[in-house]
Formats: sequence, structure tokens, C-alpha cells
Amino acid sequence: MLHIVNKSPSERTALASCLAHARPGHCVLLIEDAVYAATRGHAAGEGLAAAMASQVKVYVLAPDLEARARAGAVADGVSMVDYAGFVDLVAKNPRVQSWL
Amino acid sequence: MDQAGTVKKFLFVNRKAPYGSVYALEGLEVVLISAAFDQDVGLAFLDDGVYQLAKGQNTKAIESKNFSPTYRALEGYDIEKLYVERESLESRGLTEDDLLVDVQVLGKAEMAALMDEMDVMISF
Amino acid sequence: MVNEGPYQHQSSDSAYLFCRAAIAAGHQIERVFFYHDGVNNATKLTEPPQDDRNVVARWSRLAEEHGVDLVVCVAAALRRGIVESNLAQGFRISGLGQLVESAIQSDRLVVFGD
Repeated sequence: MLHIVNKSPSERTALASCLAHARPGHCVLLIEDAVYAATRGHAAGEGLAAAMASQVKVYVLAPDLEARARAGAVADGVSMVDYAGFVDLVAKNPRVQSWL
Repeated sequence: MDQAGTVKKFLFVNRKAPYGSVYALEGLEVVLISAAFDQDVGLAFLDDGVYQLAKGQNTKAIESKNFSPTYRALEGYDIEKLYVERESLESRGLTEDDLLVDVQVLGKAEMAALMDEMDVMISF
Repeated sequence: MVNEGPYQHQSSDSAYLFCRAAIAAGHQIERVFFYHDGVNNATKLTEPPQDDRNVVARWSRLAEEHGVDLVVCVAAALRRGIVESNLAQGFRISGLGQLVESAIQSDRLVVFGD
């Protein structure tokens, strides 16, 4: 399953809620304002690290990071993808949930 | 493309409170339409979405439509799978008795397992 | 599914870029369904500044070049003043059933919103 999150974790609870429902083997893709969560030193990093430790794969959309001047600060373990990578994630996961 | 007879598992995921924004109301409109397609339809209420089911909503003074009675009418559309997350209720000081319709209360892990069985998830 | 209006929120841009990448990868985008304030993506009355992207025209082009069905929810559109006479090219107004039908027929449904 692919979880898509687009909210800044400092503003809304979407990421926390998503991570609480992500199961081992699932993928989480951070887009739009959610990309801040995947940057080094962000308070949301702890939650992401815990998810990754339980076999949840975390991806971040590079174009959204670049637009926000944070592409050089991606946290360890998080994979950057472009839109083609976003499409591949949707294709390879049989179900998709957007945490709006 | 002939898809007659295809039955998918739908879960409408409600995470937003009513009235502050239109998502709950317009989300419910999609749910009602989905009933005409003979699909396996369920609704999940978590986070602020649980407030949609609060008993005793009175919208007179805000001049908005009170759509909460519609949740009770869902049964008439053969939509009977209403799942509410326990942790979301508890962290908001609510219990099942505060809700206007019969629901199945699930813990977070059970909700996650339920989502993992779905074909389509539409979130509002 | 696009649930927010253009310019106000990034979701319309994200959805468009996703569609374009999916088509480039050889996938088929059957339909884009516009709901909630997303119906505002369909107005031909929009006039963005010269140095900005034209979100509405971009959708129209996607429909023309790749046969993508752009469907605007009638109930959501009527609430927001989107009617046949101000509909941009490539868009059509129809019911919510079109969303449910897409979800049944397509391999994936991706929701973009707020």
C-alpha cells in the first residue's frame, strides 16, 4: 500500500495519522508541504525513523523539496523520487490512500 | 470495457470535522451515489472525522444545512459498514454513546488492517 | 481526483504533473474528476498573469493531446457557479457516478486535495 501525505507535520496531523496506520512493507510518499518532514533536524524525523525501522519505506518528491530549498537536507534513509518515481510507486502498490 | 459484475471494496475515509469546511458534506454525497453501483462500501471515521457522527448537531444559528441525519439514512442505502477509530474518540473525550448511529469501533491496528484489504480509498 | 481550485492550493499542479508523468511512462489516464473547489479548474474565465502557468489551459491541452476525460461534478459546480457556458475546452459536467465508475474501472484512483 502507498500512503501519500501532503501536509506539513507542524501544521496538521496527517503524517502522524498516516504513520500510525502504515504497516510493514508499505510505502509513504511525502509531497507538497509534507516534504519538510523528510529533512534533517526536523522534529518529525523521529516518527519517520521509527516507521522506517519497522519496514515502512519513505519517499519524498524531489521537485517539491527543490522548490522549498530543502533538497540538500534529506534525512538518512529517505529516498528522493521525481514524478516518474511517484507514478511507479502508484503502479507498484495495489492500493493508494491520500491522507488529506 | 465490460466491467459488469465487478465488485470492489471501497472505503471512504473521513478525517475532517463538519461545517468548518465542505469536505464532510460533499464526501457524504459521494457515498450516497456509490450505493447505486452495487459495490462493497464502507466508511471510516478517524481523527476529527469522528465529529461528523456527534449526536445533537444543531446548525440553526450558523445557517448551514444539518446533514447529520443522513448518516442514519445510510442503512436504507444498504451502507452498513461504519467504522470509527477508538483512539480518535478517546482523545476527543467522546464515547460510542455520543454518536448518532450504530458503528463498529476499531483500534488503530484494526483500522490499518482494514485499509490494507481495500481496493479503493477515497479520502475527504 | 482533484479537490482544490487552481492557484489556491498545489494539489491541482501536483495532479497535472502526475498525469503527465504517468502518460510519459506509458500509462493511460482515463479520467480526471474535479470535486469540491476543484471544479474551479474548469472555468474558461481565468486569466493568470503572463509570467505564471495557465492551469486551466494546461488541463485542456492534456485532454486534447491525450484524450483524458475531464469531468466536473455537477452538484459541486452548481454550488460554485461553474456552468456549461463558462466551461473551458475539454471539460464536461457530469454526475458523481462518473467518479465511482472510474474507481471501479481503473486500476488506480489517486486523490489530490487539501
